[in-house]
Amino acid sequence: MNAKTVDPHTLGTGQRPALPPKETQLKILYFMKVVRELENRIERKLYRQGKIVGGVYVGRGQEAIAVGSCIDLRADDVVCPSHRDMGAFLIRGMSLRTIIAQYMGKKTGATKGKDSNMHMGSLEHNLVAFISMLGDSIPVAAGIGLSFKMRGQDRVVVCSFGDGATSRGDWHEGLNMASVMKCPVVFVCNNNQYAYSTPLERQMAVENVADRAPAYGMPGEIVDGNDVLAVWDASQRAITYARGGHGPSLIECKTFRMTGHSAHDDAGYVPQELFDYWETRDPIRRLERTLIQQNALTDAGIAEMQKGIHQEIDEAIAIAEKDPYPDPEDCLRDVYFEE
Amino acid sequence: MALTTYVDAIRQGISEEMERDDNVFVLGEDVGIYGGAFKVTHGLLEKFGETRVIDTPISESAIIGAAIGAAMMGLRPIAEMQFADFISCAFDQITNFAAKCRYRWGAGIPIVVRAPSGGGIHGGPFHSQNPEMHFVHTPGLKVVCPSTAYDAKGLLKAAIRDADPVIYFEHKYLYRRIKEELPTGDFVVPIGKAALRRKGSDISVITYGAMVYVALDAAKELEKEGIDIEVLDLRSLLPFDREAVLETVKRTNKVILLHEDTRIGGFAGELAAVISEEAFDYLDGPIRRITAPDTPVPFSPPMEEYFLPQVSDVLRVARELHAY
Repeated sequence: MNAKTVDPHTLGTGQRPALPPKETQLKILYFMKVVRELENRIERKLYRQGKIVGGVYVGRGQEAIAVGSCIDLRADDVVCPSHRDMGAFLIRGMSLRTIIAQYMGKKTGATKGKDSNMHMGSLEHNLVAFISMLGDSIPVAAGIGLSFKMRGQDRVVVCSFGDGATSRGDWHEGLNMASVMKCPVVFVCNNNQYAYSTPLERQMAVENVADRAPAYGMPGEIVDGNDVLAVWDASQRAITYARGGHGPSLIECKTFRMTGHSAHDDAGYVPQELFDYWETRDPIRRLERTLIQQNALTDAGIAEMQKGIHQEIDEAIAIAEKDPYPDPEDCLRDVYFEE
Repeated sequence: MALTTYVDAIRQGISEEMERDDNVFVLGEDVGIYGGAFKVTHGLLEKFGETRVIDTPISESAIIGAAIGAAMMGLRPIAEMQFADFISCAFDQITNFAAKCRYRWGAGIPIVVRAPSGGGIHGGPFHSQNPEMHFVHTPGLKVVCPSTAYDAKGLLKAAIRDADPVIYFEHKYLYRRIKEELPTGDFVVPIGKAALRRKGSDISVITYGAMVYVALDAAKELEKEGIDIEVLDLRSLLPFDREAVLETVKRTNKVILLHEDTRIGGFAGELAAVISEEAFDYLDGPIRRITAPDTPVPFSPPMEEYFLPQVSDVLRVARELHAY
């Protein structure tokens, strides 16, 4: 249980946390709440109703990480999300209907039924679809960053992954190459302390993922991944660092997976007290409390926001449910470029 | 008349494409200042600078991953595997990431992976392999195996201009042994088209890569015995020229499938299936395979010679088939 916040001040001023403007904070809250509600519907309703095809992997409790790191990216920046980063897809502009249709295997889904759940990508939205071999996106992100550097563009890549992915060779090859080539990439670790059933101490012998950053010659920073404003602050500094041509950096967001690995996993191997502890650190309620304390939001305002989100998701589900499945022979299309 | 070697033809192809299109660049181990382990990229660093000729860490998986990322953003990377054998380290990035992006979410990955392959150079188990079938069995990839300097250049250009990932197997044995006069202007060899290297009426030998020369040498010998061999060079394995394969079989009615790769799961098996499915009535004898045995590539010269299909193997099988 490593929720401590350590700032080695390697990414900027060291005066933290800097705070985003109020309207950004409200936007952050909105996206976190959409993610929570959307994933609740997918996992607890649609999945149980048999309307979801395949597995469901949600990021309950981890919403702050994708939202905090992606909210202030430019449209021409690129995001390589992982499987608990729903916020990234929404912030980049992928529609709720496209996402829900994707989970239902519909033709209107992000992959037109070719791939499942979070395996969504869209060049139009500068979103790269990850694959099940976690960690494979790391060198890909390095290459995207390399292309920006080669063309003299000041774009950046935000690439995220879990603690488990950091055991893959590709993770190490990718971080090393990105650093050697000074690629403008912000590596964001969702350290939720479990990779499927395997706890962190059986995943790695160092205490922190960020401890590895110096070995690759890049700054590393640990933040409280359940404090979205801290995630935002570290991300902004890392993005500025990358955009300024200084190269990649690694942000480790300490968080906790408030579910099993997937909808079929009851997480019986996770001690209940861990869930209880992390429940008190819920990132959405924390931001709500902060905003209420600052008189930026009222309970009524929160309820209204929640109601609007419910409605948006209801509408999207209704459309996606009516959307068609792909034609069976569509499976033969798009293997190669078609004129 | 200036003759161009196979290795120089590859280099010319890279250089001309880099001149034609600013998006084309080279990355790999020792490709820059050293000019590549086989000097394929010799001189390119001086000509195009280190932004476009990039020496990488020894990280095959990251080399391909980075190429994928750059390609996604519109660049045209040519990634060198120092030896085709090392491509196994990048297998996941090639077969799971590059090959499936277009299918999954419409992102074309126009990368070329250059893989110096093949035996006959006493390289042993890790510097001699022919790993083409791993990739032929991966939908979404294209696989080419040029045998001439002309094809080496023309297929490389086609691969660079292709919208999908192409694995380009260049045979190390041919680098400096094969030369020919090349046209001066720009030319492309289309992926998926075979070339008839020798017209004959008795037996078709269908092959690719360095084995084309084994087939042609055997054909010369067999001509003296009155056996007229046709040699079809596939040039591309994925996609392969189905029509050319069926045409040659229908013309000669007897076929030998020859490759340097090992036997089980080798390309000859697929060809045999296609021929028996689609040209069974034209066959006047059994489909015969000549391949390496199912072992790793051995190091010591007597063993390596035994391992690699030889002219004498083609002579023996052709005589048997002719008499059938």
